[in-house]
Parts: sequence; structure tokens; C-alpha cells
Amino acid sequence: MLTFLGKRLLATIPVLLVVAIAIFMIVRLTPGDPAAVIGGNSATNEDLDRIRVQLGLTRPLWEQFAIWGKGVLHGDLGFSFFLNKPVLELIGQRMEPTLSLAGGTLLLAVAIALPLGTLAAWRMGGWLDKAVMAFSVAGFSVPVFVVGYVLIYLLAMKLQWFPVQGYRRISDGVGPWLNQLVLPCLTLAITYVALLSRVTRAAVSEALTEDFIRTARAKGITELEVLKHHALRNAAVPVVTVIGVSAALLLGGVVVTETVFAIPGLGQLTVDAVLNRDFPVLQGVVLFFAVVYVAVNLLVDVSYLFLDPRIRY
Amino acid sequence: MQPQFFSHSPAQSAGSLSRRLARWGAAALLAGAAAGTFAPAMAQTTTLKIIPSSNITVLDPIWTTAYVTRNFGYMVYDTLFATDLEGRIKPQMVDKWKVSPDNKTWTFTLREGLEFHDGKPVTSEDVVASIKRWASRDTFGAQLSKVTERYETPDARTFSIVLKEPFGLVLEALGKPSSNVPFIMPKRVADTSGDTQIKESIGSGPYVFKADEFRPGERVVFTKNTRYKPRAEAPSGTAGGKNVYVDRVEWLIIRDAQTQMNALLNGEADILEQPAFEQYATLRTNPDIQLVDAQPAGNQFILRFNFLQPPFNNEKVRRAALVALGQEAFLRTQVGTPGLTRYCKSMFPCGTLFESEQTGDYTGVANPQKAKALLQEAGYKGEPVVLMRPTDNPTIGKLPMVAKQQLEQAGFKVDMQSMDWSTLVARRAKKDAPSAGGWSAFMTSWTASDILNPITMAMMNATGDKGWFGWQTDAKLEEIKVQFAQAKTDTEKKKLAQAAQLRAFETATHVPVGQYNQPAAVRKNVSGLVPAGAQVYWNIKKQ
Repeated sequence: MLTFLGKRLLATIPVLLVVAIAIFMIVRLTPGDPAAVIGGNSATNEDLDRIRVQLGLTRPLWEQFAIWGKGVLHGDLGFSFFLNKPVLELIGQRMEPTLSLAGGTLLLAVAIALPLGTLAAWRMGGWLDKAVMAFSVAGFSVPVFVVGYVLIYLLAMKLQWFPVQGYRRISDGVGPWLNQLVLPCLTLAITYVALLSRVTRAAVSEALTEDFIRTARAKGITELEVLKHHALRNAAVPVVTVIGVSAALLLGGVVVTETVFAIPGLGQLTVDAVLNRDFPVLQGVVLFFAVVYVAVNLLVDVSYLFLDPRIRY
Repeated sequence: MQPQFFSHSPAQSAGSLSRRLARWGAAALLAGAAAGTFAPAMAQTTTLKIIPSSNITVLDPIWTTAYVTRNFGYMVYDTLFATDLEGRIKPQMVDKWKVSPDNKTWTFTLREGLEFHDGKPVTSEDVVASIKRWASRDTFGAQLSKVTERYETPDARTFSIVLKEPFGLVLEALGKPSSNVPFIMPKRVADTSGDTQIKESIGSGPYVFKADEFRPGERVVFTKNTRYKPRAEAPSGTAGGKNVYVDRVEWLIIRDAQTQMNALLNGEADILEQPAFEQYATLRTNPDIQLVDAQPAGNQFILRFNFLQPPFNNEKVRRAALVALGQEAFLRTQVGTPGLTRYCKSMFPCGTLFESEQTGDYTGVANPQKAKALLQEAGYKGEPVVLMRPTDNPTIGKLPMVAKQQLEQAGFKVDMQSMDWSTLVARRAKKDAPSAGGWSAFMTSWTASDILNPITMAMMNATGDKGWFGWQTDAKLEEIKVQFAQAKTDTEKKKLAQAAQLRAFETATHVPVGQYNQPAAVRKNVSGLVPAGAQVYWNIKKQ
């Protein structure tokens, strides 16, 4: 187990190095110039040259990369060109909204999708199964922003249950924090419920055909026990994989939802950085996302060991 | 495959699980709904919530010319002079001033009792450091700096600007309403080079910036500056008494236009600074909302040529383009909403001091036939006009499509290239040929207060390589501007502004393609928005 973890951690080094070089190059080769954005409409070429020097953009590319890379190795992701703040601090500020949104969405999605998918598999071909599958198709087909606007119209503007937009920190009180999160989490959860329930249905239905299920039933175990202890456990590997991927996607920032609900998460930070060509922020967040993906994948792999004793690395 | 053996009815199990699920769901929703009522008790403060026109990233109003940063500056800092609604320059932090008989020494005395937010008095040394930093970045400031011999600070409240030669626009420069505004900062902050962003936002203005509550991309918070001593005059433009009647102002950063409007309609915001053009119809009919034109001079759309590259390096070709473009189609396509647009053929915005009907051949009405004839006369060889279009800028994104159509009707070959605004602003700084990554023309929009006179109008910068994108060189226009800067009377200034405009039309520096307004949407319990050349938030009452 420890050897496995050690190997996996070592394997992440080249991955992160490749990501770092790739993102640095992509960012620099993309057309656009932070100096031009800072200078604004009335800036002249002379002004822009001065700003470029100040931002260090006139140095050779390898030198810029070396400076950035050295900083990263020391845990310093650089300084935003625009916001006058360290990139790490900016990422830190956006972590809470992103974690809240991702956590809330996953919690809702898992809580709804697992029972739904299991029930659908159990009653395959019945009305419940058809309803779940219809919801699954619809949940995937309707764009997130449409779901968001509909929920805003109904639950925020008509019924006045929730606010239209914004994010309240948990330090403002658990109540306001939760209140502000319900709509965006619900919006996102619809897509993830659709995805997860479908995967759960497929996995559970496959497990239900296995011999050990027949044996379990023959032994007289209740149907609920069969589902809980035999079918679900055996269906867990693909389901956990999808949950892991979903978590990584959600932590990577959900731009549309964040925009529709004005949530200052990591997705919004990335979009702002792209629009402004704020290179240090862009490089920082992409590297951060890469670390998140690697970490989540590792966790998923480790979870396999516990979920399915047949799996050995 | 359907399981074949059931120890009990599947319908029963499904029913019980469904009921459980429904209970969980209801509980979760109720918890969320009820959560709103658990908010901690807030002290009774009046908070004004504003959705600014864009996300604020930079907090240094000298380092950048972004309008949202300029507006931030007006919250935090004060100015020596200011521009009233009629465009006249009025004292603000200055109490009195005098000019020496040779017009070379300008001596100013600050009002008594001016203090920065940290409680320290505003001194003449702070003022001089602030002027120097501003002049290192601003075009108008640079003009003043060029003719300045030295600054003097005989005492804490008095400072002098000693000029090498008379400069008729000292007050206009110091009272400039739009970016970059010469805001006054403490010397320790203003001593930062103009090329480096300041790290502290501390001024002597009507609001105190709450740095500890600032969350970039989310919210900017200000509280009332209780030490502020407003002038006695009524507010007018950026001038007059800056009285604050609310305890706290919060800028909510919301990027999505629909969410902005929803937040306003739902009462989560009090003011939406700049609704999208298509939202005015909805906003007009809402009984809780009023539209307030807080920037009555409005904005102007323009098309700018590249003077270095064919085909617009040929004056006659530029003049053909000038005649080909008609304002009506631009305004109808881009703005659409009736009542928000204004036909105006003057380069200095209509409704401002130097507005002039002297526009030479330019009428603002498209004349493709005349343009065709001019183009032929110019010897146009069919070089493609690379017209840049910003796809992510809803204020100007449709303009290039109209320009393409009108130019093609006149016989131009147009290659419209779409890109995001950041790419466009980077590309317009390139002097290469259009085929090698350069460009021929682009379109943009200016707030009227930025283009009030020949000195601040970027398109009238005819200093070539060092000038504004497009890089026109025209000694004659520059000479008129020098005379304008030295003019002593308003009549003389007006005459010279007119001459500058005529010369600009003659050489076709750019094409003004119409004026428009974007009134703020304000909830009806909010009153007192001051019309000005920038968005300002003093004098506002919230019931």
C-alpha cells in the first residue's frame, strides 16, 4: 500500500512538470497583452512598453519561466499583475466558495442519485426506471444556465425563498451560508444526479445478475440487505470513479454556475485571469487544478483497495 | 435483467425508500429556506448596494485608465479642482488661488481641515507628490509637466506651480473629470513610481475603502468618511459638496447581465450602473425601478484608422471611409433602444463645451455613391481593410459588422476579424502590416468626459510613433493644440477647438459614429444620484 502510494506520488512529479511547462507556453503564446488591458483605451505604445518592463514581460521567455518555476518550487505561485496580491492568497480566497459549491453539489447529487439509480436498477423496465432514465436524459440535455435561470425565477424571484445571487462566507453564519448555496447547488446537482443515477443504475443492474446475489437471496437475506451489502458494494467501483471525476470537475471551477449565481469561485478567477491575460494567476490556478486532479485520482485509486478486495496494486 | 425472487413486495420497498427520499429532500430544502432567517443581527446601518459596470481589478487610478478604477478613485480620493455639470472648472480641495501677472506662477491654498483617512492632515507636499505621479502617467498631466519649471511648497497649505511658459489649461488639467484623474494621495503613497501599482488606497475623499473587506471579483466595501468636510456648494458634476447620507457602500461584482438585473429587481442591489441595452424595455416598465441618466453627456462610438499601413495611410481613402459611414445604422444596430441614442457629427460630444457644427465634408449620413467616387479618385487598389471586432464586448461588438457593410457598399474590400477584447487591445498596438498581424481599423467607445477637448482626445494625438494607436503625424494639428493650451479666454479656446476639429476631419483622424447614453437603473427608494462626467456616489439617500 505504502509502496503504491509512494510510486503514485513520484509519478505525479513529471505530470506536474509537463503541465507547468505546457500552461506557461500556452499562456504566453495566446494573443493578448496584459499591458494593453492595464493601459486602457488612452494608453500609447510608449505607455505599454513601460508597463511591460514593469511586469517583467520584456525578459526572455526562459528567464520568465525560470523565475516562475523557482517561485513555485518554494511554494510561491507569483503575484497577480492586476490585483496586487499573491496568487496563493487569491486561490485561498476562492477556495471556500468552490469547496462549498462542490461539496454541496456532490452531497445532494450522491444523496439523490445513489438511491434513484439503485431503485431504477432494481425495478428495471418499470415506471420508476423509465422516470429515472427520462430525468437522466433531461438533466443532461438542458444547459446548466437554463436550469439556473428557471430555478432563480421560481424559487428566488417568485417565491422569494432564496437570494438571486452572491455568496456568504461561513463566518457570516451557517444559516446565510446555506441559504445562499441552495440554488446553485441544486442547479448543478441536477446534472450530476442525471450522470450518477445512470452510472449507478448500470453498475447495480450488472451486480444484480451475479451469482452471489442469487446465492444471497437463496439464503433468505432481505432485499434491502441484498441491495445494501451485496449489490451496492460491488457496484461501487464505477460509481466512486464517477464521483471522483465529478469532484475534480467541480473543484476545478464551474464557470457557468458561478457566473449565473455570482459566486466568486475558482472558475470565475480563471475566467477573469484569461480575459485580462493575468499570466501569474492563470498559471497558478491551472497548476492548482492539476494538483487537484492528481490528488482526486489518487484517492479514487486508493478507495478501490477498500471497495473491492480483489483489486491489488 | 429483472431480479426474480423477492423476500417482500418490491413495490413496498420502493415506496418506503421513495418516501424516505422525499423526506430528506424536503428537509434539505426547508433547512435551506429557513437558513435565511438565522442571519446574525446587523446593526442599523444604511448600506447602498451598487453593481458597477465591470469587475474592478486594479485599485490604482493613476496606474490604469479603467473607468471602474476611476470611479473607485472618486469614492476614496478628493481632487484639487473638479468639473461641474456645465463643464466649468470649480475648486474642490483648493480654497483660493492666484496667478502671477506673467501667467507663469500659479499659487494655490488648500481648504482648512482637510485630512486623510488615517487622520493625518493633507499638506502641500502630499499634493505636489500626487501631481508629479499623475503627470508621469496622464497625457494632459504630461503636457502640464512639460511646461512646469518647478513646484514650491512655502507652507503646509500652500503650493505653487512655476511654469517655464504660460499654459492656459492649468485648472482644466487639475480638474480633469475622467481617467486619469489627478487624485490627491499621501506623499508616502504618491512617491511610488507611476509605473508601479500603489499598495494602499488611502485618500481624503468622502468614503473610506475597507481593505480588510475587499474581496477581488466579489465585493468592494466603503464606509462613510466621518472626518470629511464637504464644500458648501450644491453638488454639480464632480464638483460641489460631497455629502454622504449612507453609512456604507458595497459594490457587488456580478458579471452576468441577467443576474445583475435579477439582483436589482429582487432588491438585492440598489443601483445597476450600466444595464445591457436590451434590458431597458423591461426596466422601464417595472414600478420599483427608475432610470437615472447619471452621465448625461453620454458616450461616443468611433472608428479609428491605422495611418501607417495601406489603405488608410492614404488620406483620400480615409476620407472616402468617412463619407461611407452613417451613424443611424450604427446606433440602431448596437443600441437599438429608442431614446438612448443621439446623432452627433461633432468630434467633441454634443452637449459639451466644445461641440461644433464645423465638420467639413462629414455629415454622419452614409453616402456610398460619394464614397465610391472618392475611393476611385484616391486610387484605391483593393487592399483589404482588416477590421477588428471584439466578440466579448457587448457595448461595441456589433459596430464592426455595420462598418463592414457600409464600407463594402462604398467599394472597400473588408476582412473583418473576430477576437476577444484583450486580443484586440494587444493587436492594436502592433504597427505591422495587416497581413503580418497588424490591422487597418478598429472601433471603440469613449465616455464624453474623456474627449472634451483636443488635449485629452486621444484621436487628436498626432505625434506619430509615440502617439495613440493609429499613429498619425500631423504637425499642423499639434500646433493648433499648443495654441489651444496657451489660450486665455473661453472664446479663444472654443475657436481653437473648432480649428482642431476641422483639421481632424480634413485629415480624417477617426470617424465619430454616434452618441449614446446608458442610464443607471435605480430602485425607487434611492435618490440623489449626481449627474457627472464619471459615476459618483455622494449625495445619495436611501429610504
